[in-house]
Amino acid sequence: MADVISAPFHAGTTPVERRNYLTEPKGLWSWLTTVDHKRIGIMYLISVMAFFLVGGIFALLIRLSLFDPSHVILGHKMLDAETYNKVFTMHGVIMVFLFIIPSIPAALGNFVLPMMLGAKDVAFPRLNLASFYIYWAGAALAMVAIVTGGVDTGWTFYTPYSTSTDTSVAWMAMGIFIAGFSSIFTGLNFIATIHKLRAPGMGWFDMPLFCWGMYATALMQVLATPVLAITLLLMTIERLFRIGIFDASLGGDPVLFQHFFWFYSHPAVYIMIVPGMAIVSEIIPVFSRKTIFGYRMIAFSSIGIALIGFLVWGHHMFVAGQSQTAVVVFSFLTFLVAIPSAIKVWNWLATMYHGSITLETPMLYAISFILLFTIGGLTGVFLGALSIDVHLTDTYFVVAHFHYVMMGGTVMGFLGGLHYWWPKITGRMYHERLGQIAAALVFIGFNATFFPQFIMGGQGMPRRYYNYLPQFQPMHAFSTVGSWIIGAGLFLTLGYLLASLRKPYDAPDNPWGGKTMEWQTQSPPLTENFEVQPVATHGPYDYFPVGTH
Amino acid sequence: MSSISTPVAGAHEPHGDAAHGHHDPNLQHHFATKEQQFDTSKIGIWLFLATEILMFGGLFVGFAYMQSRFPEAFFEGHKHLLKVAGTLNTVVLLVSSFTMVLAVHYARTSRRKKLIICLAITMFCALIFLGVKYIEYTHEFSEGLYPGRYFSNPDDPTGHEFIFFSFYFMMTGLHGIHILAGLCVMAWLLRRAIRGDFTSNYYTPVDVVGLYWHLVDIIWIYLFPLLYLIR
Repeated sequence: MADVISAPFHAGTTPVERRNYLTEPKGLWSWLTTVDHKRIGIMYLISVMAFFLVGGIFALLIRLSLFDPSHVILGHKMLDAETYNKVFTMHGVIMVFLFIIPSIPAALGNFVLPMMLGAKDVAFPRLNLASFYIYWAGAALAMVAIVTGGVDTGWTFYTPYSTSTDTSVAWMAMGIFIAGFSSIFTGLNFIATIHKLRAPGMGWFDMPLFCWGMYATALMQVLATPVLAITLLLMTIERLFRIGIFDASLGGDPVLFQHFFWFYSHPAVYIMIVPGMAIVSEIIPVFSRKTIFGYRMIAFSSIGIALIGFLVWGHHMFVAGQSQTAVVVFSFLTFLVAIPSAIKVWNWLATMYHGSITLETPMLYAISFILLFTIGGLTGVFLGALSIDVHLTDTYFVVAHFHYVMMGGTVMGFLGGLHYWWPKITGRMYHERLGQIAAALVFIGFNATFFPQFIMGGQGMPRRYYNYLPQFQPMHAFSTVGSWIIGAGLFLTLGYLLASLRKPYDAPDNPWGGKTMEWQTQSPPLTENFEVQPVATHGPYDYFPVGTH
Repeated sequence: MSSISTPVAGAHEPHGDAAHGHHDPNLQHHFATKEQQFDTSKIGIWLFLATEILMFGGLFVGFAYMQSRFPEAFFEGHKHLLKVAGTLNTVVLLVSSFTMVLAVHYARTSRRKKLIICLAITMFCALIFLGVKYIEYTHEFSEGLYPGRYFSNPDDPTGHEFIFFSFYFMMTGLHGIHILAGLCVMAWLLRRAIRGDFTSNYYTPVDVVGLYWHLVDIIWIYLFPLLYLIR
């Protein structure tokens, strides 16, 4: 037992072919009709990665076109203004609704959450499968929207433009409406699973912190997504029937749309970031070989973010005509929501302090997360301050802040978790050195892409604009080059992960020396997850040497 | 210290239901006990009801806001509604809620025949509700009171009556879809009840659908005064 502290990985020590969920039962049909949370997780994983690729290609296109204000690159005209609007909209919509929101909960969470709890499956396995197909039904409608002319409203669908533009807004809105139910069902499943399917002996405070993060996320998915559903429904009906709720020319109020939209979409950004935090809370103690510092504070801060996150939506409308009182209250609450995030960051640092840290790929991503999320989070506090927000509203500063949280936070967490659990999911080790190189490329490329956008935003570069002043050209070009470095890192990652699948099973059951239950079963796991029902007798991060207590 | 011994490769024992020691067809493999499964279903349905409340909540907030903007239009608009029909539907749904409670009770006490009767009455009430709603919509359409851009009422003194009807059709329409969904689910329950699936040992679906049905009724209890009894 004590040797997990070093837990050296000896390639070739466990190459024996074992029964596992990947190989039995066999056949495509057995996958498409499976109710096994691990297989559904993998199907989600492949789907979200596909949309990450599509959204990423849109991102590279945007950056390439913005290389020069003339949008002419090497003698070729890149995007024209209308296409540019559509491309950044579809980048946003696909990344937010089809990649980031399902990425950690529905793909990785589906796979590991039941195993972390010592359960055989999620609470409602058939609902889990249904959620996957609902996701694809929504995605299919979104694809219809893209091929029937695209959408040019931005991912926020602000009225009155979204109810008057002649692009495929209705298809896209219905796609997101439907995909929302898949998110609700995942959240509902996770809450019931965490309440009722913990292993014998596992109290709430014996759960891995990932489960607390998933619980907080699930609460927000269940309570916020229905409001998005009714908002998009009303917006679509306004578009089709002109019912007069959001359109000022009919007597409606566009600010009401913004209230509705952000009542969902602000919690939604926490739906996106809290799972990233949840993964970091797993990776940091394992690769520091140290018990997590401040377990309860991290657990409660997830719930705190979920609750306060519902009360800050108005900070998206500081300049949209809210009352002064509302503006001040929302600004205060926005400062308040920064506290639980900061609690997490300090606890992670305290966990690393005096730990015996090793820098495998998952840990590199976790450290990237802490650095980038701190920048993203603190610039969020700037934007929550009223006078500063008036200056920075609708500039690249907001774009950079958002990407430092969403990509610097969630995507780093996702990539960290993907590498951390890759041996468990696939039974194979990825190439560690390439993994570290790719993590470095992504980190450097990310900062090269988005840090200049903070500066441009501070100088007044408006977001979403097709044209810009020549003074911004060097920074735009720098940002574009950064996007290529991110792309190189991510394609490298895709390459070595796929390459690892060609090997026979070579991953040990517990390559990192983790203490949580998913590492106590074989890699890849059995369909039933565990040979016998596991019983929790120690905490999820007990890294004390044997005999000290 | 680690409690879970990971078996070495090749040392597997056969997996089958026998290994888990239960044969109850109503107990899914990932639950240890019936009680655990039942409680889990209850958590699931309550969460689902929460999502329903929030979805309708958007409409209620929108209604309140627009009514405060155009109080006269909403007052004038509501005069077109058939108060008698609305009252009748309220009574019908209250009766259906009562028979649904009885259905759950009879399922829990293994009285199959009474369960079937109560489910049938509940479904009949749902059908009456939809029938009355159809008559109401027909009446409103005949006066030119269509949703949104198709609305026409030359006598509208306020110019914004159509917004009241936008909400009326949205809210009662979404609620009607929920009634229809309830009807479908109850048809499924009825089939299983006739087959004899529900006993005191297992009646979770009846319980869960019952909760859904009460929520649909409660939403109507709010919609009725809001739309029909503005003054």
